[in-house]
Amino acid sequence: MADHHAPLMRGPILLTGLAALAPVCLVFAVTTGSVATSWHDVWQAMTGSATEPVQRVITELRWPRAISAFATGGMLALAGALMQVLLRNPLADPYVLGISGGAAVGTLGAMLAGITATLVLTGSAFLGALVSMFLVFSLARGGGGWTPTRLLLTGVIVAAGWGALISFLLAVSPEQQLRGMLFWLMGDLTYAENPAIALMVLVAGLVICLPFARQMNVLSHGDLRASALGVNTQPLRLQIYVVASLLTAAAVTLAGSIGFVGLIVPHLVRLLGGNDQRFLLPGAVLLGGSLLVIADTLARTILAPDQLPVGVITAFLGVPVFLALLQRGYR
Amino acid sequence: MNTVLETTALDVQIVGLTVCRNLTFSIRRPQCWAILGKNGAGKTTLLHTLAGLRPYDHGSIRLLGKDIDQWPRRDIARHIGVTFQDCDDRFPSTVLESALVGRHPFLKPWQWENDDDRSIARAALRAVGLAGLDHRIVSTLSGGERRRLAIATALTQDPDLYLLDEPTNHLDVHHQIAVLDTITRRVREQGKSAMMILHDANLASRYCDHVLLLYGDGRHECGPVSTTLTEANLASVYGHPIHRIRGPAADVFVPG
Repeated sequence: MADHHAPLMRGPILLTGLAALAPVCLVFAVTTGSVATSWHDVWQAMTGSATEPVQRVITELRWPRAISAFATGGMLALAGALMQVLLRNPLADPYVLGISGGAAVGTLGAMLAGITATLVLTGSAFLGALVSMFLVFSLARGGGGWTPTRLLLTGVIVAAGWGALISFLLAVSPEQQLRGMLFWLMGDLTYAENPAIALMVLVAGLVICLPFARQMNVLSHGDLRASALGVNTQPLRLQIYVVASLLTAAAVTLAGSIGFVGLIVPHLVRLLGGNDQRFLLPGAVLLGGSLLVIADTLARTILAPDQLPVGVITAFLGVPVFLALLQRGYR
Repeated sequence: MNTVLETTALDVQIVGLTVCRNLTFSIRRPQCWAILGKNGAGKTTLLHTLAGLRPYDHGSIRLLGKDIDQWPRRDIARHIGVTFQDCDDRFPSTVLESALVGRHPFLKPWQWENDDDRSIARAALRAVGLAGLDHRIVSTLSGGERRRLAIATALTQDPDLYLLDEPTNHLDVHHQIAVLDTITRRVREQGKSAMMILHDANLASRYCDHVLLLYGDGRHECGPVSTTLTEANLASVYGHPIHRIRGPAADVFVPG
């Protein structure tokens, strides 16, 4: 699957545009909600001169949640772009290797055990993601070399195993816990605290990957060709795997398994600006972050005071946009 | 140093097939070698082995006097350029981006391709007749155009040794001649060297000065074209009678 359309714009222009889009989305998220606020209020809140309730809504509720959404979306989009390079498969997303399944089993198991403390729940999610990551890696490694195909198959099978376990846990869970579990499974930013940590993980992931972005470009021409051009393919693959897995684990821990962002955002950026990873990786971070900020704002306002799982919104937004772009790109 | 690549008593095997046994030869500047052999004789496997891309069983391969296993991958890529039989791109890239990949071994991790790199790549694209297609997506090219793009990438890499896997496959007669002209002129004028897998003994005799014949059972024959590329040897390589006929410009080989 390779589209036949030249990129619509040059990399630097695309990155500039996306960098301008991100703050607009963030301010939109912060001004939107049950307590009406304007851009002016946001400015006053940032400078500390707003009235008490507005000040608290903006600095204690909306900003942290918007930043969490941005970091989560950025991590998912970056992880998805990396997985697509790693597996040489345009259909790969952050969850294809079963990392979210491991995290879900960890969280649902903890919920079933009656745990409600956010810290313990996120801890179990992260632990589950790590278990899944090492399981897939050691199984795929098993007989020696690990090819993209072998890694993909191992990941898909492990993910299927987690899926069965999730169904089992849902089946044996008491009625009153099911709603919380389903929300977590569909992705939900309600409990996303500590945006600073998430933001640091995101920046660290991007900074680690960018020096290797040109090598990833070469890798996308095939393993042998990359080796012949001087790329040490196995260490590079291992590095991409670890970074992508940790980003996914962090995102899932923060907000559950939010679908579509990790699949469609790298594709959108690729269709817009081409496959040069030096633009694609930061572009995916910016667009993934912006998209999830908007999606989360809609999730908490459309049915206010009720909240929707943000994963539902990302799907509603992502599917038509993606299909429209495919129509254009594959003509 | 005149010898670019040399092997000593090289044994290469691939599951169930002995490609060569006790192969000793050396590629010097400005030599042009052809590898001939029937389908499945292990020509590609041998080419990849010589490029340091797969392990071998016995003997040694030395690049510029140093064992190939001692070279970091990136440094090998500064001296050996390889083209492959099939294009294996899963993601869209433009023609210019693809050719520029040849500059990868010469750039530091953070470094970007500059105007010099781009003019090297454009000159290479011009040399294979792909000028003006810079921004075309590779998947929209024809098979022959992609083959020429692979050659352009190798020219952009500008190595001491070109290892080319069927460089004339998919090419019409005009472009077969043009591509081989370009490569052999590079070799002669810039003191490079080349080894290419060919299926046409006539192209081999026209463009190469040395030839390596693989019989498919570990036996091989190598040496100058004049003494090695004979009716008897070719008949034995392909298991089919080959006749040498006097042509207008040079002798031609035709299957019997």
